[in-house]
Amino acid sequence: MPEFLENLFTNYYETGAVVIFGIGFTSLLMHRNLLKKIIGLNFMDSGLYLFLAAKGYIAGRLAPIITDGDADPTKYVNPIPTGLVLTGIVVSVSVTAFLLALTCRLYDKYHTLDIDEITNLARKERD
Amino acid sequence: MEFVRNFPFLTIVFSLTCGVFCAVTRGKTAKRLCVCWLTLTFAMSLSVLIYTLRTDGSFIYRMGKWNAPWGNEIRVGPLEALMATAFSGVMVLSLSGGMSHIFADCEEGKVNIYFTMAALLTSSLFALIYTNDLFTAYVFVEINTIASCALVMLKSSGRTLVATTRYLIMSLLGSGLFLLGVVILYGITGELLMESIAEKVQDIFSTGEYSLPLTVVIGLMSVGLAVKSALFPFHSWLPDAHGSATASSSAILSGLVLKGYIIVLIKIFYRVFGLRVIVAERVSNFLFVYGILAMICGSVAALRQVDLKRMLAYSSIAQVGYIYVGLGMHSEAGMVAACVQILAHAITKPMLFCSAGGFMDVSGGQKSMAAITGAGRRDKLAGAAFTVGAMSMIGIPFFAGFATKLALAQGAVGSDKIRMTIALAAIVISTVLNAVYYVPVIFNIFSGTEGSEKAPRPKVGYVFAMGTFMVLNVAFGLFTQQITDVVRRGLQLFGM
Repeated sequence: MPEFLENLFTNYYETGAVVIFGIGFTSLLMHRNLLKKIIGLNFMDSGLYLFLAAKGYIAGRLAPIITDGDADPTKYVNPIPTGLVLTGIVVSVSVTAFLLALTCRLYDKYHTLDIDEITNLARKERD
Repeated sequence: MEFVRNFPFLTIVFSLTCGVFCAVTRGKTAKRLCVCWLTLTFAMSLSVLIYTLRTDGSFIYRMGKWNAPWGNEIRVGPLEALMATAFSGVMVLSLSGGMSHIFADCEEGKVNIYFTMAALLTSSLFALIYTNDLFTAYVFVEINTIASCALVMLKSSGRTLVATTRYLIMSLLGSGLFLLGVVILYGITGELLMESIAEKVQDIFSTGEYSLPLTVVIGLMSVGLAVKSALFPFHSWLPDAHGSATASSSAILSGLVLKGYIIVLIKIFYRVFGLRVIVAERVSNFLFVYGILAMICGSVAALRQVDLKRMLAYSSIAQVGYIYVGLGMHSEAGMVAACVQILAHAITKPMLFCSAGGFMDVSGGQKSMAAITGAGRRDKLAGAAFTVGAMSMIGIPFFAGFATKLALAQGAVGSDKIRMTIALAAIVISTVLNAVYYVPVIFNIFSGTEGSEKAPRPKVGYVFAMGTFMVLNVAFGLFTQQITDVVRRGLQLFGM
């Protein structure tokens, strides 16, 4: 499908963003190492933010910061996607911190980062 | 009376503030603070419900009186108010029903964190119910995830840590997919408020442009929220998380947290895409099929459990299946059935988990079926509550569970022929399976000798919670018609 391919190439930012999202998603799902899972999570979120930022950018326009009193909306890009990216980064920082803290506690207890091994060890102990 | 309009927003902010105060107080004080403030939010939600029923309408509350593209909005109608009332009430009851376990299971000095998380969870549930903005919904979905994971891990044992990790990872996968859906939808429509998106979606749909992206968006959002609410093929994290947490956490997670995400999905179906688009895109067919599979497979898996709490957790998977079958019916009656099931399960499952906690108290902390033999005779209140809950789950008339089965069957009859046959057959099979695994447990808890272990003197909160749960369950069964009417009116006011 040449038209399909052409679309992929013209929107290369979005294509790249979705590829990054896919890489992150698969590593978060598939990797057994907890740290690699966390890296995957950050890949996934970065892909999403790239997608949003690319969607919000209009070629040739300025960041929406008014310095010289010129408030003509056709000169600036839409500020909402950037705001969403910032909010999203805050969310992803907090979940990453939570997951890292959990990983520390698991490592202290089981001395491994392999989630399957940890699951097996946890099953053997009584709660 | 107009002041009531501020209440939905205030309930969100009050429970957030309560979380902050709980974080800096000692355990006992935090407990009193949390229960009192959440009871206050319950009273406020109840007055909102009465207000919306009296005015028979819905209203939109603009934050800071900013208009649409700049400001954020929350929307309140009878359905939202009913859900908020039920959820805050069940929250308070679940906390008081498992209070002794919270203090026993949490590490010394960390009890206040439990109440902090419970308050944050309530706040995010309120926000998910009321919000009119997709990105706000995403943010609160994440807050909900973090708070509920923290509720699981505060009972610190190796097992809960592993369960939390798996729960968190699955939840994050789900929210990643949901956010991707929101972002693509924002790319297509350029809006985030539900009504504005709905207008654009109708335009796009009628022109036929962007039909593939629209299907992808509906698919991503449905799958994302289905992972988080443990629909059948994505349920693997649930039994560990719900089975190993402390009694109140299991009650709250099963009864409320799963439902919060489904409410968001219902809002998206109704207020963002509209039923017409959803039916045309055929994504909900998958939800129907997986819902049916969940009803059967969840019950079959529950049959094989030897651990009471894990059995209840698998039963939750089956019950979530009922909700998704309602969503996949393609009709208003199906949506009504889904909402009734959300409410009925929200008042039944926490009661079962709290009584399981009661059984564990009188069985030396064990929760296997063999250990709890005769536990219903040692703790009569928990035994009675468990019996009521099990009857409701099986679907005996005059209990809450019967209402949902009736509503679901009505929805099925109004649907097309294949759906009707499959759904009715699944309801019958699932009812039989429910009976097969709940009835032996009832016999088990009342059989055997009373044993030497005496029940500890019951706490006032525990007795109150159990009593209220039982009364609520029967009341729900008796006043099904009125509740269904409120739900139907609420869905009509959703528009479309």
